[in-house]
Amino acid sequence: MTLGVAGAAAVYTLRAADDCLVLSHRLAQWSSWAPTLEDDIALTNIALDLLGQARGLYARTAELDATGRSEDDYAFLRDEREFVNCLLVEQENGDFATTTVRQLLCSTFQLALWQSLTTSTDEQLAAIAAKAVTETTYHRDHATDWTLRLGDGTAESHERMEAALATLWPYTAELFESDAVSQEASILGVGPDPESLHPEWHGYVTRVLGDATLVVPQSTWKPSGGRQGLHTEPFGYMLAEMQHLHRSFPGVTW
Amino acid sequence: MNAIDEIRSAAGAIPDPEMPALTIADLGILRDVRIDASGHVDVDITPTYSGCPALDTIREDVERCVRDQGYADVTVRTVLSPAWTTEWMSEAARVKLREYGIAPPRQGFDLKPLTIAVLCPRCDSTRTHELAHFGSTQCQAVRQCAACGETFPHFKEH
Repeated sequence: MTLGVAGAAAVYTLRAADDCLVLSHRLAQWSSWAPTLEDDIALTNIALDLLGQARGLYARTAELDATGRSEDDYAFLRDEREFVNCLLVEQENGDFATTTVRQLLCSTFQLALWQSLTTSTDEQLAAIAAKAVTETTYHRDHATDWTLRLGDGTAESHERMEAALATLWPYTAELFESDAVSQEASILGVGPDPESLHPEWHGYVTRVLGDATLVVPQSTWKPSGGRQGLHTEPFGYMLAEMQHLHRSFPGVTW
Repeated sequence: MNAIDEIRSAAGAIPDPEMPALTIADLGILRDVRIDASGHVDVDITPTYSGCPALDTIREDVERCVRDQGYADVTVRTVLSPAWTTEWMSEAARVKLREYGIAPPRQGFDLKPLTIAVLCPRCDSTRTHELAHFGSTQCQAVRQCAACGETFPHFKEH
């Protein structure tokens, strides 16, 4: 991949946008299925925040990559290999414990990223981030509350949280990978190299897990590839469902 | 009143689609109105939340309103900077929210834990607690009053 200055900023922004969109769609899949009405509403509200954040980021990507693509083009007309979201966000919802753990891991990462992006040299990104910081603070609070309740809850809920953590933890390594794109973006002041967000993320997550009587899994497996468009199996199915209407009926409106 | 003030006051009076007791001027959603020599009108609006689904409706409402004022050539832009926070809400808006049954956002919010109580909009008690972080719209949480038992929405600080 050859990248100019604008190229690095565009890819960097697209990665964050794809993280938001894919996580948003996963959470939207909980609609009408969550364990309580309050959480049905909470998960879909969080999904809506993420969708809004994705829209802002796609609009900015389109300016940076100069392709003139619309938000819908990015969301509905790219194939799996063109998505550069991390693998963690595309993992299936599983049970409520799995979604809770995924939310804790993702929202803590995103909050650290947004906080750092508020000082981006890219004014549009800084503006999107300023808004997203407050929204994502609520997302992290929600995930934290449920992690504490379920981790330090019944034997059954504790066991499910442990299983979820064991499944998802390996995917967190990818969040902090540094490469040519992120290094260039960092040098330009567009955004932080994700590597630099790890101490804060790790500090918060391990503290909450500790309070929830959960143990951080030891894992040497570090699946990766999402940022290069190489995804896990569930992602293709998710995209097919998400894109089918738009592709089958181009230009369709409500 | 000059043309800009007229447009601003007409557009500003448009009710928020999700909280019709409040206008978009009350909420601080209407940011700026400009008019150039050729009579082209530019209106800036800002979302309260990134994914606020009401924003598209508000944009259409503003376009229609400005055309009804006799300006056929209008562009409504969404501006993100500076980011909207609940501090942009007017005092009048806070009073209207309360009368509408929604506890207004507390002031002085800067991401530090808030220690000021949220008052029950029905009985003014300070003994209220949160039932759910997320409510019927993105901007609202659900609380309950221990004094009168009322369950009420609270416009979240953000």
